[in-house]
Amino acid sequence: MDETASATAASILSEPGAPVVVFDRVQLAFDDKVVLKDVSFTLIKGHTKIILGASGAGKSITLKIILGLLRADGGVVWVNGARVDQLSERELMPVRADLGMIFQEGALFDSLTVRENVGYKLYEETDMPIEDVDRRVEEVLGFIGLSEHIDKMPSELSGGQRRRVAIARAMAFKPRILLYDEATTGLDPITATTVDDEIIKLRDLEGVSSIVVTHQLRDAFYIATHMAVRDSGGAVRILPATPEKADEAEFIMLKDGLICFEGNAEELRSSTDPYLRQFLT
Amino acid sequence: MLAFIVNWLKKAALEVQEYMRLIGATMRGVVTPPIYRHDIVEQFDQIGIGSLTVVLLTGFFTGAALASQTGITLDQFGARPVVGRLVSASIVTELGPVLTALMLTGRIGSGIAAELGSMVVTDQVSALRALGTDPIRKLVVPRVLAGLVMAPILTIVSDFVGIVGGWIVSRFQLQVASGQYWSSVTDVLFIQDVQQGLIKPFVFGFMIVTIACHVGLRTKGGTQGVGRATTIAVVAGSVSIIAMDFFITQVLVTLLY
Repeated sequence: MDETASATAASILSEPGAPVVVFDRVQLAFDDKVVLKDVSFTLIKGHTKIILGASGAGKSITLKIILGLLRADGGVVWVNGARVDQLSERELMPVRADLGMIFQEGALFDSLTVRENVGYKLYEETDMPIEDVDRRVEEVLGFIGLSEHIDKMPSELSGGQRRRVAIARAMAFKPRILLYDEATTGLDPITATTVDDEIIKLRDLEGVSSIVVTHQLRDAFYIATHMAVRDSGGAVRILPATPEKADEAEFIMLKDGLICFEGNAEELRSSTDPYLRQFLT
Repeated sequence: MLAFIVNWLKKAALEVQEYMRLIGATMRGVVTPPIYRHDIVEQFDQIGIGSLTVVLLTGFFTGAALASQTGITLDQFGARPVVGRLVSASIVTELGPVLTALMLTGRIGSGIAAELGSMVVTDQVSALRALGTDPIRKLVVPRVLAGLVMAPILTIVSDFVGIVGGWIVSRFQLQVASGQYWSSVTDVLFIQDVQQGLIKPFVFGFMIVTIACHVGLRTKGGTQGVGRATTIAVVAGSVSIIAMDFFITQVLVTLLY
């Protein structure tokens, strides 16, 4: 991309309602198994896209394509104005600088402490002074309420704490897009709600655009129908979302490599589609 | 049957292609930034210092057993005093490099394959990429550099303790005078032998680490896959070392002698 095009893309992306991720007729197959047949959607800046679907429906693969970890067989993928389906691994690095991903089970580095995990990118891939990185790591761990675990190893943490550290690692370098891959799967409802609250806080207080992959309907609806507000005393509260805010969370249901539903939480609840009804019950 | 053979050949060709790509990417990683110095130092410690005990024990007992065995054979010709020649020639050119490399395959080849394999199946390698780190530069380059440098050093150590082991057996079991043993050790060693004994571990160190990294990074199938990768790394590494030893020996004998 030349400088003029980059400047134009940056100008468009700075506007409210700009498309930060565009998936256009994406296809992917592994040998004879077709995973994505023809999938298109757009993530608007500051909004949340919740991808639902049965196991093996291609939800996690969608995130890996956005991140450039997997290459689609066909179609076009735009992330922040860059066509990631055409970029080499080296060219993808600047795109990934604005993308954070929370992997299934966290994917924390076993041999590093919580501090080193959370600050990994800043310590290893930037020239930021160590003191500034330490400060940022402490700030992020404070945000997710895990400051006291800063010097522990990942093996000393519970499942929920590991997911929250993974969220802290993904947000430490302040990306504007976060991708959550089954962030609450396998967690008890109370811990899952804690993780959901972090996702809501990042979206509403930090302005992060999110794609949430899950098959936990309870968490999906909770994220879509709640919002975070900071009161005058600085305390953060999670409240039921206003109708306008709830409209910013859109659901996608993947089935047989295609999108079989797209709409907000209310539309999903009231759908009469037999597959969706079966999934919802 | 034909389809099976074609399929097998395709898989083999793919493995070779991916192995060569890994080597190419590693070479680029060695000469271009970013270089992860901390990881390089850590790998030098793990591969070099960490393997010292096993290499010392292997070298010592190999030299001792060799002296003991050759002493009996040499007695038949009344040539017991030249036992040092056989020990040093065998250890420096052949046994030292090969046995050290086999020990390293068992210790570090399996360790690298298991570590990288676990990182792959738990998405840690994908996480590295997502965080803007090239896994080849972060994980493979430090291990390859450590293998390249430490294998020859460990082989020298192994050769030395092997010859010392041979001396102890020669002196106290075979009753060969120390001066006679040490002079026969040096008498038979030519510069070509030493060159041969240093070139081999350099190649072996590179092979052990690159094969283990290749196998580890291509792990599939969860914890079972990690176990499979570890076995493949040790078997493929060991067989490659013994086969490569034959070819290197042929080339070096032609070129050096």
